[in-house]
Amino acid sequence: MLNYIIKRAVLTVVVLFIVSFITFSLIHILPGDPAAAMLGDQATMEEIEALRHELWLDRPFFVQYGHWLSNALQGDFGKSIMYRVPVSEIIAERLPVTLYLSFLSLILSTFIGIGAGIICAIRRGSLIDQIVSVVANAGVAVPIFWLGLLGIYVFGFTLEWLPLQGWTSPFDDFLKSSKQALMPVICLSVTGSSIITRQTRSSLLEVIRQDYIRTAWAKGMGEPRVVFKHALKNALIPVVTLVGLQLRVLVGGAVLTETVFNIPGMGRLLVDGALAKDFLIVQAGVLLIAVMVSLANLITDISHGWLDPRIRYD
Amino acid sequence: MSMDSSGMIRAKSPRISELRRLIKVMCNRVVVVVGIGIIAFFILVAIFAPMLAAHDPLYTYLESILNPPSGIHPLGTDQVGRDVLSRLIYGTRISFLVGIFGVTIAGTLGMGLGLVAGYFGGWVNAIIMRCIDALLAIPPIVLMMAISAILGGGLFNVLIAIGFGMMPTYCRLMCAQVTVLKENDYILVLQTAGASSWRIMRHLFINAFPPLLVLITTNLGTAILMEAGLSFLGIGILPPTPSWGAMIYDGRRLLFSNPILSLAPGGAIMLIVLAFNIVGDGLRDALDPKLRGTL
Amino acid sequence: MVPILEVKNLRTQYKTESGLVKAVDGVSYYINEQEIVGVVGESGCGKSVTQLSVMRLINSPGEIVGGEILFEGQNLLQFKANGPEMRRIRGAKISMVFQEPMTSLNPVLTIGQQLIEILEVHLGMSRKNARQRVIEMLDLVGIPGASSRIDDYPHNFSGGMRQRVMIAMALLCNPKLIIADEPTTALDVTTQAQLFELMKSMVERFKSSLVIVTHNLGIVARYAHRIYIMYAGRIVEEGSCKEIFRNPRHPYTIGLLKSVPRLDDQEGKRLVPIEGMPPDLIQMPSTCAFLPRCSYSIEQCRVEPWPELRKVEGTKHYVRCYLKTEAWEQCRSHSATT
Repeated sequence: MLNYIIKRAVLTVVVLFIVSFITFSLIHILPGDPAAAMLGDQATMEEIEALRHELWLDRPFFVQYGHWLSNALQGDFGKSIMYRVPVSEIIAERLPVTLYLSFLSLILSTFIGIGAGIICAIRRGSLIDQIVSVVANAGVAVPIFWLGLLGIYVFGFTLEWLPLQGWTSPFDDFLKSSKQALMPVICLSVTGSSIITRQTRSSLLEVIRQDYIRTAWAKGMGEPRVVFKHALKNALIPVVTLVGLQLRVLVGGAVLTETVFNIPGMGRLLVDGALAKDFLIVQAGVLLIAVMVSLANLITDISHGWLDPRIRYD
Repeated sequence: MSMDSSGMIRAKSPRISELRRLIKVMCNRVVVVVGIGIIAFFILVAIFAPMLAAHDPLYTYLESILNPPSGIHPLGTDQVGRDVLSRLIYGTRISFLVGIFGVTIAGTLGMGLGLVAGYFGGWVNAIIMRCIDALLAIPPIVLMMAISAILGGGLFNVLIAIGFGMMPTYCRLMCAQVTVLKENDYILVLQTAGASSWRIMRHLFINAFPPLLVLITTNLGTAILMEAGLSFLGIGILPPTPSWGAMIYDGRRLLFSNPILSLAPGGAIMLIVLAFNIVGDGLRDALDPKLRGTL
Repeated sequence: MVPILEVKNLRTQYKTESGLVKAVDGVSYYINEQEIVGVVGESGCGKSVTQLSVMRLINSPGEIVGGEILFEGQNLLQFKANGPEMRRIRGAKISMVFQEPMTSLNPVLTIGQQLIEILEVHLGMSRKNARQRVIEMLDLVGIPGASSRIDDYPHNFSGGMRQRVMIAMALLCNPKLIIADEPTTALDVTTQAQLFELMKSMVERFKSSLVIVTHNLGIVARYAHRIYIMYAGRIVEEGSCKEIFRNPRHPYTIGLLKSVPRLDDQEGKRLVPIEGMPPDLIQMPSTCAFLPRCSYSIEQCRVEPWPELRKVEGTKHYVRCYLKTEAWEQCRSHSATT
């Protein structure tokens, strides 16, 4: 098992290295001068040249990359043009907001997804299975920013049950924060819970047909034990992959949700950075998100090893 | 499908009957038929948009800004006086454009790399797969923001972002399929008979393709959903082109006074994406019931 | 003597797209205490489905549509398939050894986790005692180092060892009846023989009855007391092992015997396969299902419906065929000359 973890960890480092390279070269390989784009139309040649020098843009590509990477590893992503403060400071402020919302959504969608998936699989073909299947299908198809707007219109504007938008830290005012976070978290969870429900249902149905489940019945085990002890652990193997991949979906969703609900998180920061052509923020954001997603994948791989004893010895 | 060898000609006829069987099995289920119907409806709308739309989607009726639904404007007009229904109808074209070309880019790149990785294995596989893993670590929307920060929005850049965003799945699936298939006897026979790599890869591709068909179908919807998201953020399709996502973006500020501006295009997106998903599911079940859950 | 299991006129069907498959169509048989019984037939003849029906393990689209399964005086068909009564019987009084040792054990649970729960559930043993008992049982079925291997996963065992685990699993609660459904088909010949010796000695030791389901007449010859021959979802011949081998009465049985190699065969003797394919269970003729493949058929076979299982005068031998004694003599001598 330890060998397996080390192997996965090494692979993750390799992948992260490639990610950092892609992130960096995206900005620099694409046509256009980042410095000129950053400063806008009114900048003089001298100003652009000065910024180019400041950003090491006048050095060879690989020197720039090495410089950027070594700084990034120390947490130094440069100074934002848009906010006039170090990028790391802004991120330190914004990242916890996104992590908080994503974490809540991840937990919510995992619980809803696996629970609903189990119910559907056990009661296959029943009314509840059919209803949940339709809802899950719609949940994958619905644009979540649209769902957010709908939520704001119905629950915020028409019914006045929930605040329209905004963000309060749970440490400042927990009740207000929870009220404000409720709709964003639900929006973020819709896609995930739908995907996880569908996957849990189909993989449980697949496992239930296996010979070893017949063996469990033949041993005289009851339904709860057959489902939860014998079938679920097998069925969860593909589900875990999906939960691991959810972070990728969640970050994408966070960008949209934060825009809809006007929440100052990483997603909003990235959009603003992209619109304002603040490359340093975009670079840092992309890299950090990729690191988080890769770490999530690593955790997924390790849980695979734990769930499936056959993997550990490969 | 290739027919230059006797083997391929023989392989062809079961393929056609297989296709017939697929269609038959899929049409057994009412939901799938409804899904196909919805897609067909939107295709027709896209093709005949100029005839169906009563107004030019870009023309601004300055005298009738933010009109409520009426006989002349069934869904009303937006904040610059454009007919919402006409924009919705023309938006179908953008959505299909994005779906088809996004999937084409993702599919071509992904399946090509996957085929090469699976066929050659070893180092080639390791390098390609690590790059794919890296790409998979960057969510498509985030990737798009990086691209748009440099190049700005626009259809072409949106397609690049969507293509790269969806590519890893094709690559992984293709690679997994090919890795299994290349151990098959008939491939070994081809190899011993001295067939070229190119030729063997073509055989592998044809045989690995069916499960990918499911991915392609559902991804047509996914691409539409992604484009809508990007346009909603203001970094996708640029105004005044009528894209559903951009319409939601425009209408968002008027949510409380004119909810129809943002809610109507969202409904259209959901309907078409749902239809593609349903048909994809139906296809998967018809192709091989055992595949259920692996995609 | 009262049999421990008596199946009467069992009928099990599968609903498929192409029609209703009558997998088991009016099968009756019994198993006496401490008896080893062989159920023999080609694949698809309904022998496994019969056994799964007894265990009430038939899943949709299959369904038991008629008959009685009497076990210890109770009709098992009156119980719900996964209800408490059936659960108390399965694994405790009737247990089963399945065909595929590779797939019949749960890959993500250790052997211990899969065996200990049987004792916990059926006998209410504590985990510690149950574990001790499982180790003893694994030791008994010949798994070396049982006390450490109990914590291994199925993929750490070879096919033969996994089947030994399955046998240990079947024996744990000292069941009245063990059903072995093609237990060795997937294994090599040496392992097959070892496992059958093991099962024979175990059922003798635990005083259980054993049903061996197989397509291999040779195996049954060595171990079974009585044999049922199945064809197309029905029993076509029943008799003691000796009777069946010395005086096979049904042309199908004769065909089966001719297709099995024997040690006492003369050198150069050819094995004779049974020509043709098993019948389509969806469109069964009313006449004998073996008729299209039978080389000894008479006019009566073509005109009259398939006869019921009938006793042969003066023997304990039952057969489902119109051929008369003289004809059987002819069949066998004919088979001797080919």
